[in-house]
Amino acid sequence: MPKKRNYLLQGARLLDPETGRDEIGSVLVMDGEIAAIGAAPSFPDLPEKLITVACGGHCLAPGLVDMRVHLREPGAEHRETMDTAAEAAAAGGVTTMVGLPDTDPPIDDVALVEFVARRSREIKKADIRTYAAATRGLAGKEITEMGLLAEAGALAFTDGGTAIANARVMQRALSYARTFGLLVIQHPEEPSLSSPGGMNSGEIATRLGLPGINPVAEIIMVERDLRLVEATGGRLHVAHVSTEAAIDAIRRAKARGLPVTCDTAPPYFALNETSVGDYRTFAKLSPPLRSEWDRRAVVGGLKDGTIDVIASDHSPWDQDSKRLPFTSAASGIVGLETLLPLSLELYHNGHLTLLDVLRRLSLGPAAILGLKAGRLAVGAPADLVLFDLDRPRRIAIADFKSKSKNSPFDGRPVQGFVLKTLYRGRLVFDAASS
Amino acid sequence: MSDTGTATPFPHRHLLGIEGFSPDEITLLLDLADTYAERREKRSLLAGRTVINLFFENSTRTRTSFELAAKRLGADVINMQVEASSVKKGETLIDTAMTLTAMHPDVLVIRHPESGAVQLISEKVDCAVINCGDGSHEHPTQALLDALTIRRRKGRLGGLVVAICGDILHSRVARSNIALLNIMGARVRVVAPRTLIPAEVDRLGVEVFHDMRQGLKDVDIVMMLRLQLERMQGSFVPSLREYFHFFGLDYAKLAVAKPDALIMHPGPMNRGVEIDSEVADDIDRSLIRQQVEMGVAVRMACLDMLTRHLGQEPGPGPEPELEPAWNGNR
Repeated sequence: MPKKRNYLLQGARLLDPETGRDEIGSVLVMDGEIAAIGAAPSFPDLPEKLITVACGGHCLAPGLVDMRVHLREPGAEHRETMDTAAEAAAAGGVTTMVGLPDTDPPIDDVALVEFVARRSREIKKADIRTYAAATRGLAGKEITEMGLLAEAGALAFTDGGTAIANARVMQRALSYARTFGLLVIQHPEEPSLSSPGGMNSGEIATRLGLPGINPVAEIIMVERDLRLVEATGGRLHVAHVSTEAAIDAIRRAKARGLPVTCDTAPPYFALNETSVGDYRTFAKLSPPLRSEWDRRAVVGGLKDGTIDVIASDHSPWDQDSKRLPFTSAASGIVGLETLLPLSLELYHNGHLTLLDVLRRLSLGPAAILGLKAGRLAVGAPADLVLFDLDRPRRIAIADFKSKSKNSPFDGRPVQGFVLKTLYRGRLVFDAASS
Repeated sequence: MSDTGTATPFPHRHLLGIEGFSPDEITLLLDLADTYAERREKRSLLAGRTVINLFFENSTRTRTSFELAAKRLGADVINMQVEASSVKKGETLIDTAMTLTAMHPDVLVIRHPESGAVQLISEKVDCAVINCGDGSHEHPTQALLDALTIRRRKGRLGGLVVAICGDILHSRVARSNIALLNIMGARVRVVAPRTLIPAEVDRLGVEVFHDMRQGLKDVDIVMMLRLQLERMQGSFVPSLREYFHFFGLDYAKLAVAKPDALIMHPGPMNRGVEIDSEVADDIDRSLIRQQVEMGVAVRMACLDMLTRHLGQEPGPGPEPELEPAWNGNR
């Protein structure tokens, strides 16, 4: 485990989404915190043991906050453990990640929330946080002990990759969560309209003879939940939005001042349904990859701020879960190590400014979850990522630190690889030595 | 082909689907099947070769048809019916394929309830693979035998108007026939209630009708599809009698078709559900028996054509330089 040290990071392009700072300068890291920052900061008491790093003008930004990660521990350690997830996070510049509760057993009990916190303290490579289940056993029937779970450290309440389908249960979850000012996160898909094992409905699904999942399944759930938010005043975060109409609905709700936020994941702006091609199970996701029209709407939602966050939706699966006929194969892809370069495509393609991309990857999710991360400021935790904005490289799944390699992005040329990652003053990733 | 250096007229290692075939390739297969239909004697073309019929789904007709076709060509045939329970655990699929390929068959004939499953197996084995039905995706030999049946009766495929009626949504027969008939220049219509029409099916090159009398107007061929009875109990259509009333083929509905319109059905039929018994048995109009007969000839042609790519010695020879069936990575 890397030791906590004092660093002087010199000659970096400092990027802070909170203040809009974008200038060449230096950052002094002491005792795991940012001690000084600026173009020519004055350091009155430079410590003796100080490691100076010449950053060569590369981008230095707050470490990424990934608000949607399937950790697979406990219960499916052959797919991922918190150790391997933390390695992958460090390699991807992610310094805070929030696990989903759909583990085995599901995180619906105080002891399990404390287990995640203990593992995070042991691993010390990233701040590993967790959500708790919104309903007991993720069964969608009875709400969990939200108050106690939040006291233990659960950041929000969700049934993970399963929608809270029953409208009354969702209404109570939102209403009860509001008692304590807590957040409910929904997987927006009406289960009775979804087709297990399918892909986006349309010409390609028809040609391939696969069950079609109509975008209406997502839209109906989002519109229903927005009504419930209006009725209860509870805070709602909609996970991985993928359709134009759902984004429109959220845009209108935000304009009316409803307490709603949402995220999307890179495949929904970097790919569309044609990636399924000839039954590629690495392109099987939930929600499914959508039409080109919807993909553009996701970019539009990121552009105008309707979509607050880009999260990886990291879903590790072993080979046997994906080497199956499409309908039987598992849904989801790994994403921790591709989150930054894929998101930076939005900058390189001229859709978002660099600071806007970084905001959706750090400050945005930190603000929604009430975390201190996501800022380049004196006194903030020294969670930092140094990356090369321009140098092109191909994604290589063989190099992934994650235990699982299920990614449709293998070989994709991207820009924006991580050079160094600092977590609380520890150098947890260094491209030069890995 | 590597030994002659000339372009091979049928550059496919497997027969996974009709989509992607050229008109010449289809004509080649149909011409060859024609010769097998004319002369029915036993041959020794595939003597010493092994054909495994691997069925993950119940089938009597198609399996028997393939078995007969392979035996008429002199091949050794093994039938394997894989239990439905192990199909549910999809994990065994690739293992099953690997086990079989270790026995060095020359051709695997596969039916599987999931779309794309046969292609998945074809990527893992080194013998020729024939798809005889994968989920709702394709059933290419059925489309070929339908085409041969039509061509022998009408003398052509191009320019004909063909109506495919019934459960288009779940039908692999429909998808293969839509592809083949379009490639060969026929005009294709589909006729069904809206709940049995897949999304954006018009993009496959068909006209969509929801009324039999409009859909059958002036058609040359009426192709009825089998309706799975479990899909009739209120989920996709409300009842058998309502379905037959509006979408079952009887003489009254057939009256709007061309006077010499012919009737086809891939079988097995649900008499009185999708087709009236009298219509089905009408020897002047119904081609249903001929379809079964042509099935054997078409499957002989497919086995013949695909084994030409294999080495001269029985058992898989050196890999021929053919178009890879699929290049993606998983």
